[in-house]
Amino acid sequence: VNTIDVVGPQFAVLVTAGLVLLVDALLPQQRRLLPFLALLGLAVSAAWTASWVARDDYQTAFDGTLSLDQYAAFFYFLFAGITATVVLASIDWVNRAGRGQSEYYALVLTTCAGLMLLAAARDLITIYVALELSSIPQYILAGWGKDQRSSEAGLKYLLLGAIASSLLLYGMALLYGFAGTTSLGGIAEAVGSNGEANRSLLVVAMALLIAGFGFKMAVVPFQMWVPDVYQGAPTPVAAFLSVGSKAAAFAVVTRIFFEALGADFLSSDWANVFAVIAAISMTLGNVMAIVQTDIKRMLGYSSIAQAGNFMVGLAAISVPGDDFTLGASGVLLFVATYAFTNLGAFVAIIAISQKIGSDQIRDYAGMWRRSPLLAAALALCLISLTGIPPTAGFWAKLYVFNAGIRADLAWLVIIGVLNSMVSAYYYLGVARQMFLGDAEERESFAASPSVGFSLAVATVGVFVFGIIPMPLISVAQDAAGALDIIAR
Amino acid sequence: VELTALVFVPSVAAVLVLLLPRAYENLARYVALAGSLVALGISLYMFFGFDVDAQGFQYVVREDWVDIGAFNLQYFMGVDGLSMPLLVLTTVLTTASVLVSFSVTRRQRAYYALLLVLSTSVLGVFSALDFMLFFLFWELELFPMFLLIAVWGSGRKEYSATKFVLYTIAGSAFMLVAILVLAFNANTFDIEVLGRSTFSGTLLPLTWVFLFLFIGFAVKLPIFPLHTWLPDAHSDAPTAVSVMLAGVLLKMGGYGIIRMCVTILPETADDYSLWFAIIGSVSILYGAFVTLRQTDMKRLIAYSSVSHMGLVLLGISALGTTGITGATYQMLAHGLITGLLFVMVGLMYDRTHTRDIGRLGGLARQMPLWATGTVFAGFASLGLPALAGFVAEVTVFVGTFDRYEWAVLLSILGVVLSAGYILWMVERVVFGPVRPEWNELTDQRHWWEHSTVAGLAALIILLGVYPPLMTDMINPAIETIMQRVGS
Repeated sequence: VNTIDVVGPQFAVLVTAGLVLLVDALLPQQRRLLPFLALLGLAVSAAWTASWVARDDYQTAFDGTLSLDQYAAFFYFLFAGITATVVLASIDWVNRAGRGQSEYYALVLTTCAGLMLLAAARDLITIYVALELSSIPQYILAGWGKDQRSSEAGLKYLLLGAIASSLLLYGMALLYGFAGTTSLGGIAEAVGSNGEANRSLLVVAMALLIAGFGFKMAVVPFQMWVPDVYQGAPTPVAAFLSVGSKAAAFAVVTRIFFEALGADFLSSDWANVFAVIAAISMTLGNVMAIVQTDIKRMLGYSSIAQAGNFMVGLAAISVPGDDFTLGASGVLLFVATYAFTNLGAFVAIIAISQKIGSDQIRDYAGMWRRSPLLAAALALCLISLTGIPPTAGFWAKLYVFNAGIRADLAWLVIIGVLNSMVSAYYYLGVARQMFLGDAEERESFAASPSVGFSLAVATVGVFVFGIIPMPLISVAQDAAGALDIIAR
Repeated sequence: VELTALVFVPSVAAVLVLLLPRAYENLARYVALAGSLVALGISLYMFFGFDVDAQGFQYVVREDWVDIGAFNLQYFMGVDGLSMPLLVLTTVLTTASVLVSFSVTRRQRAYYALLLVLSTSVLGVFSALDFMLFFLFWELELFPMFLLIAVWGSGRKEYSATKFVLYTIAGSAFMLVAILVLAFNANTFDIEVLGRSTFSGTLLPLTWVFLFLFIGFAVKLPIFPLHTWLPDAHSDAPTAVSVMLAGVLLKMGGYGIIRMCVTILPETADDYSLWFAIIGSVSILYGAFVTLRQTDMKRLIAYSSVSHMGLVLLGISALGTTGITGATYQMLAHGLITGLLFVMVGLMYDRTHTRDIGRLGGLARQMPLWATGTVFAGFASLGLPALAGFVAEVTVFVGTFDRYEWAVLLSILGVVLSAGYILWMVERVVFGPVRPEWNELTDQRHWWEHSTVAGLAALIILLGVYPPLMTDMINPAIETIMQRVGS
């Protein structure tokens, strides 16, 4: 019973995935209700997580391979929210696509369960299984569209994902060979006792881990797939990829590196690697984003740059004193704000492209006249992505850069700030098109109710947390505080 | 509480304006006017309730706001003798710019809402005592300014709006780095505490921190060679926005230099005061020479602003009470005078639809009231005694003379030039042969036009004949700041 309670939130999502398929098979007339069934399942999952938080009863399950802590709870809520938004944003698109509706929602829900599992896993095997559980449905989803580009996206994602996942396995195997255990706690102990002697081995293992997860985090130099897949995949799926798998990858990387590999002599190594990756990702992502004309590609490159921003938090492990979780909580805060900001942007794009049938930025000209609310919402999300106050994105950036400076990474923070300026150019460039450009079409339109609702939630979140960020920050701090960092 | 009310009353009015139904769009101006009058009333109430003998900040509000790890950001605001007059200046010019906007007919609700939000952001900048809060208000100003210029402007409005935003963002990025470095050294954003701290320069050499802060403020001031956004922004902005831009936004730069650069890093400021003097006098002279060449009235006033704001920097350069008091006074005087000048140009442009000096002439005949106002504003701008600008110039020169004699002597040449370009402009536009194409023009005639011009003119005279009204308040505040510089 206890174990069921612990895996409850994932369980609810997985069961819902099954139910969605069953309902479709048994009651094909009720197909329109499928997304709402999915939403219901996600709500149950979130409620279950909430009941843990209310009980304040955090524990482990399956011999400690799953840890049910505030850290996991944070991501459970996040993934439930992300998935719910994606489901809402998908309704119109799936209805139009016509086929395989139940399969689509089932795959989305399965992905969600995998992502949740990733956040809670404290064992290399579980992590790997969870990663595959979340990845395989995503490969399929990326190729869901009927056109060639979508198939190409799916295939590209699958092939590169397979390579990344094998690199990851090599890294895990090395770690297992070194520590004789796959549990993160066990590895941390082994690193503590005789890690210094085997430092070179550990460094190779870490390099492989970073390469493997780097693909999911979409950071340089593992980012090549991002623009093509974002552009080719159906837009709701691209939205899901850009926030869901990225957030989960950061969740698990933060856990592995802080919990298992957090020893001082190691962390100085990987912190430097992360710092360099962060700097290159930010710069390359932003520079490439500037020249894009397709808004999905642009957001693809910008998501690489944003991942570089998160990574500043990872690099900032060496914050001295009581605040050593500052970097980790910064990652969580940034991941959360980025998630609903980027989702908001994608949802707005979905609504707009449904109407105008184009993802070209120049076709966004004069959008303000045609759909003022959509344009304003998209602009707000873009402002938040740039990190301009008073939006949630500003606080996330400030928080992470604060952590960076405290960890003596002033150079990285300076690069980050300069990059924010660069990103302002293309983010606000879209806003400029929408507000100042001249539209050929004058016909006004509004988003469908489901899209409008999810967009409203996302943008209200961006704005409210922009003015009162404290609740989100303290939740992220509590979650990061739950990490079991032995080295300290 | 008064201060919070003052800062956010315009925003509340902005929300009210936006909530107006489309059918009542024409009421937007009155809601905006009411909002700005309430703000003006609060600021005057605070001004006359201000205790000039008390030490430290008054009307303080302080709440914890955001914990970014290791230390808090606070909602911390208060005023001293330096910021109080600037707050009044802001509410006065907000009211003035709402009044001169009565001729705006396009998308009135959005227009007034943005104008009021702009006012909130400037008021916030002048009252914030938490450096991050200061920065937030500083940034908040970008968004309304961009849209106001880009949507309601004229000419190459999008280009100018973008240029304005890019310059400011570039400056504020530097500023943000400096703010963070200071905060990490002292573990606080509290400006009072920062002002008492000594910094080690571990993260970044203090010279750099100072320079970064200075760049952020200098772009706004603006000084040569960071000024090129200003003429573009001015010439393409609608009248009210020009008034706000020249009248109060530029002052944010001067205020920032005094409040932040000088107060927080006095030693570095002392080391670099020579550069202040050099850059200040170059701005004065360069601005004046370029002004002579202008043919567009708004560009002319814009370049004269560069020249006049150089005077602010010159006043600061001596790092003495008199000089900085003069600089503050110059900010007030320039705000009112240039505000009035832009109002006059705006009134004319509404009628003639050109600002090209070559196409104008003899307007004194067709628009006698307007001509009177313009000549008055012109004389105020060139520093006629008994008007506000004269007091400011003299105080700055007296305050700076001991330390940088040569700079004062050079800058006086700038004042001579200002007489040249102002009189030449007045001569060409107001006097000269009457041009028949302007025969149809009506003089200023609406109550809002009269009240704006008369109000600003009255204040210019008041500040000219009775400086103690302001200096009694400014002086003690500057002395407090200077005590630290001296030690």
